[in-house]
Amino acid sequence: MLRDKDRIFTNIYGLQDVSLEAARRRGDWKGTAEFIAKGRSWLVDEVKNSGLRGRGGAGFSTGMKWSFMPKEIGDRPHYLVINADEGEPGTCKDRDILRHEPHKLLEGIVLACAAVGAHACYVYTRGEFFREAEALQTAIDEAAAAGLLGKDACGSGWAVDVHVHMGAGAYICGEESALLESLEGKKGMPRLKPPFPANVGLFGCPTTVNNVESIASVPEILRRGATWFAGLGRPKNTGTKLFCISGHVNAPCTVEEEMGVSLRELIETHCGGVRGGWDNLLAVIPGGSSVPVIPKSVCDSVRMDFDSLQEVKSGLGTAAVIVMDKSTDIVRAITRLARFYMHESCGQCTPCREGTGWMWRMLERMSVGDAALEEIDVLDDVTRQVEGHTICALGDAAAWPIQGLIRHFRPELERRIAAFHESKTRKVA
Amino acid sequence: MPKLTIDGIEVEVEAGLTILQACEKIGIEVPRFCYHERLSIAGNCRMCLVDLERSPKPVVACAMPAADGMIVRTNSEKARKARRGVMEFLLINHPLDCPICDQGGECDLQDQALFYGMDRGRYREARRAVPEKYMGPLIKTYMTRCIHCTRCVRFATEVAGVPEIGAVGRGERMEIITSDNKAFGSELSGNVIDLCPVGALTSGPYSYAARPWELEKTQSIDVLDALGSNIRVDSRGTEVKRVLPRTSEEINEEWISDKTRFAVDGLKRQRIDRPYVRVNGRLRPATWGEAFTAIGRALEGVSGSQIAAIAGDLADCESMLALKDLMEALGSPNLDCRQDGAKLDPSCRAGYLFNSTIAGVLAADACLMIGTNPRIEAPVLNARIRKRWIRAGLPVFQIGPEADLTYPARHIGNDAGLLQAIAGGRHEVAKLLKGVERPMLILGQAALRRPDGAAILALAREIAETLGMMKPDIGWNGFNVLHTAAARVGGLDIGFVPGSGGLDTAGIIAAAGGGEIKVVYLLGADEIDTSGLGSAFVIYQGHHGDAGAHRADVVLPGAAYTEKAATWVNTEGRPQRSNVAVLPPGEAREDWKILRALSEVLGCRLPYDTLRQIAIRLRDVNPIFTETGQVVPAAWGDFGAKGKLDATPFVPAISNFYMTDPISRASVTMAKCTEVFVARRDEERTGTHA
Repeated sequence: MLRDKDRIFTNIYGLQDVSLEAARRRGDWKGTAEFIAKGRSWLVDEVKNSGLRGRGGAGFSTGMKWSFMPKEIGDRPHYLVINADEGEPGTCKDRDILRHEPHKLLEGIVLACAAVGAHACYVYTRGEFFREAEALQTAIDEAAAAGLLGKDACGSGWAVDVHVHMGAGAYICGEESALLESLEGKKGMPRLKPPFPANVGLFGCPTTVNNVESIASVPEILRRGATWFAGLGRPKNTGTKLFCISGHVNAPCTVEEEMGVSLRELIETHCGGVRGGWDNLLAVIPGGSSVPVIPKSVCDSVRMDFDSLQEVKSGLGTAAVIVMDKSTDIVRAITRLARFYMHESCGQCTPCREGTGWMWRMLERMSVGDAALEEIDVLDDVTRQVEGHTICALGDAAAWPIQGLIRHFRPELERRIAAFHESKTRKVA
Repeated sequence: MPKLTIDGIEVEVEAGLTILQACEKIGIEVPRFCYHERLSIAGNCRMCLVDLERSPKPVVACAMPAADGMIVRTNSEKARKARRGVMEFLLINHPLDCPICDQGGECDLQDQALFYGMDRGRYREARRAVPEKYMGPLIKTYMTRCIHCTRCVRFATEVAGVPEIGAVGRGERMEIITSDNKAFGSELSGNVIDLCPVGALTSGPYSYAARPWELEKTQSIDVLDALGSNIRVDSRGTEVKRVLPRTSEEINEEWISDKTRFAVDGLKRQRIDRPYVRVNGRLRPATWGEAFTAIGRALEGVSGSQIAAIAGDLADCESMLALKDLMEALGSPNLDCRQDGAKLDPSCRAGYLFNSTIAGVLAADACLMIGTNPRIEAPVLNARIRKRWIRAGLPVFQIGPEADLTYPARHIGNDAGLLQAIAGGRHEVAKLLKGVERPMLILGQAALRRPDGAAILALAREIAETLGMMKPDIGWNGFNVLHTAAARVGGLDIGFVPGSGGLDTAGIIAAAGGGEIKVVYLLGADEIDTSGLGSAFVIYQGHHGDAGAHRADVVLPGAAYTEKAATWVNTEGRPQRSNVAVLPPGEAREDWKILRALSEVLGCRLPYDTLRQIAIRLRDVNPIFTETGQVVPAAWGDFGAKGKLDATPFVPAISNFYMTDPISRASVTMAKCTEVFVARRDEERTGTHA
């Protein structure tokens, strides 16, 4: 269990004052200029050594991502873009950072800008986050007035301007290249990669896109040192992470924990346990709606980090733990997710555009059993025709939950189909 | 240069090429729907997935740059499985209506389904149906068939420069529409029909007219503007069913204008299919013999100087040459191929050509347009200028009526006096033009048609000479005349202009009105003021019952451009040959043959009996005709005449793009376009209109 002294987000619940002054008391904005003075490569190396992996879902090394930016600033400016389009169902961590810890984010932005050579940062907030965007803007104004942002951020000599841009609520705009398109004023549709944003990003310029939580963790990592962060968690899955636990637990919450904490410990320590006790657990979606569901048997022992969850064919994703007890109609639950992906598919590329609707319609029938037994395999095949064949990861995200369902709950699907056909035969008789 | 291995074949390609282009280099075809070499890469159909070693997922060949050491397999089980999956997705919501679809037989989806489709469907849900969209009289939509490749969207935005097509909605509800449900208002709109890989956008006028395998395909050239776009004429029996573009990198790439494509229904209407002779004030059907006799009678006792000939805008070189030879034999110096009175100077070839060439536009660094609107006068050329602007931001300056060219152009005024300021270096544009390496100017017919046309021509020459447009050392000639008539350059090349002491078009009309000219021979000339011809005996040879035939005393039925093998020289000075797609209707004949036959009746037999003999005669008259399909750079010289400029503003050369010649004026489709795009009568239409 994470010790209180190792917590990064000390005001994640907003129990204390959010203002700059209070944030400073908690240790924010301390020594920022000195870190910048150590230079770009030190910043990048330090974050790389800390083992910080992107907190937006994919888990790519943040320091590595920064190192892809051109070393010299050419005729094109560099940009930092913060992805605050937190749309993954079940996830509510970035929102709390925006509301309650905006200065951690802003300080991280200043450091990240210095690390990637950017003078301008855009924070793309989810359209629904109206109050959160307001809170962030208040913090930006405060910080700018205090000279922490602007022409000479924190007295470091490095200019950093932060702009908040509100999205319009499309899930796909959380995909980094769709986000850039949206930020440019176009329709939020993912771009083809390569080129990657580090080469051709916002307005055709080198751009780094980072998640809110990743960037907000950076100042503490630098202050306490890469070794401190790397010492937490497990190898290659270091540090602390905000977990958002929702669903059938007694006390749903967002909580900062060490990476690699066991799922059971996470639920029982912080959430008051599963409703009706651990044995009433049916399944858990461990990382936001995009990752495959894991049944109780796996939940019993699994650790919450990128690699452990990958071993059980799921993923950490955004660490949004959706807990489902035995009262859950698991097929309907996954069907609802399939509908979400159908609704949020941008429609650009074929497999996702056509596949998400097909998968949802099949699941709709299967949730009442109105299907042929062979159709389970057809459904599985369709998910595999979508997976890996699309421009962005939404196709994969739509396919994985269904694959998880079939992998672990095939008997349930078969039972329903059998029951449906039996009831029909009875009616005829 | 990256070296990669594709299907076991090692290939070295230029840096920057994609895997798909590398595949094409070695003749491996990768299926695709959204990719088109002249449009930006969208990578959205996912049909071109190939297997790339060390990549867990298959990659899209159309978008992935070829890199050194790549090992690509286009036909592995993984690649084929991925494509089969994509094909299944494309087909689940695509209607199985190939038997009633106009794309049938030339449909990419149909073809690819043969290779990658499954023999039965696994999709049991309801299929998507999409309401039809209104895109104007030319494009028929059947949007349920749409596979969302966005080629039409990219064409409209990138090539046409009229971003009126887009996609609304997302996911499976994404639909292609035009903004405000209005007709797609580009002069190049018909090209989206060719681009559409399925039957979602098909040709309205050609709908249900024929199946592709029933059509006879003839390679030919277009004459409805002066570009000489390369076309393919598809015909069945005696009827031209449609016209499609042929790829020609030098001229039209693979686009054609809507007039080129859709005016062909005019070939079936208002046709002159037999000779007519005016008897008691009315045209009566006659035999060829009667018509020739009537002409012979009219010429009795008429001296050469009392005869005149005017060639129209669609006339081919062979017939103009035959008419010129006939006029010479009759002793007449009064002939002119400039029926609009343009002050083109036939003495110097460079003075009436588009010297930079159409493809050469891509090398230009700045462009001055004088009395021209290429969007209307030559839409395909305009697309090329736009391409240059997209690539490198071509600065364009416009003198003449203000017009939307689909790319930014600085309108500096509508006053010929500006030319003097620029030629004298007093105007800031002069500095801007002089400052770049390859400046060009385009001189339009609106400037040359004016009474001060010769003075404008001289000033344009001066501008070209003083502002660095003539750079023979780097092979650059930036002086360009943009013609609107297909016959014009050819006519000038064979010297269909007044002989010594001869009259030009205006002179002929005035003299005919005054009674000094007794016989006028109109070779398809319809754009002249026929009411001014007075009591002259008018012979009209042509294919459409238009203004000229209306006034004529004898009408001789000629052949339209799809019905004869003939030569035209385009605005660049490129001679090109057409081929016979269908036979002329009724008793109509190829035009040079009519003149040859008439010469015999008149007792001055022309010395050629076959097309080959007249081709040799053409080469003797002007050696450029030996170089079919080529542009021979013309020598610079002195042309134009200094004179006083007129203060009146320029008037557009073409007021209605859709109706410029006898064929397009007879076309129902062009009439509909005029109503929708020129008269703007589609405002009340909605998507539910048929």
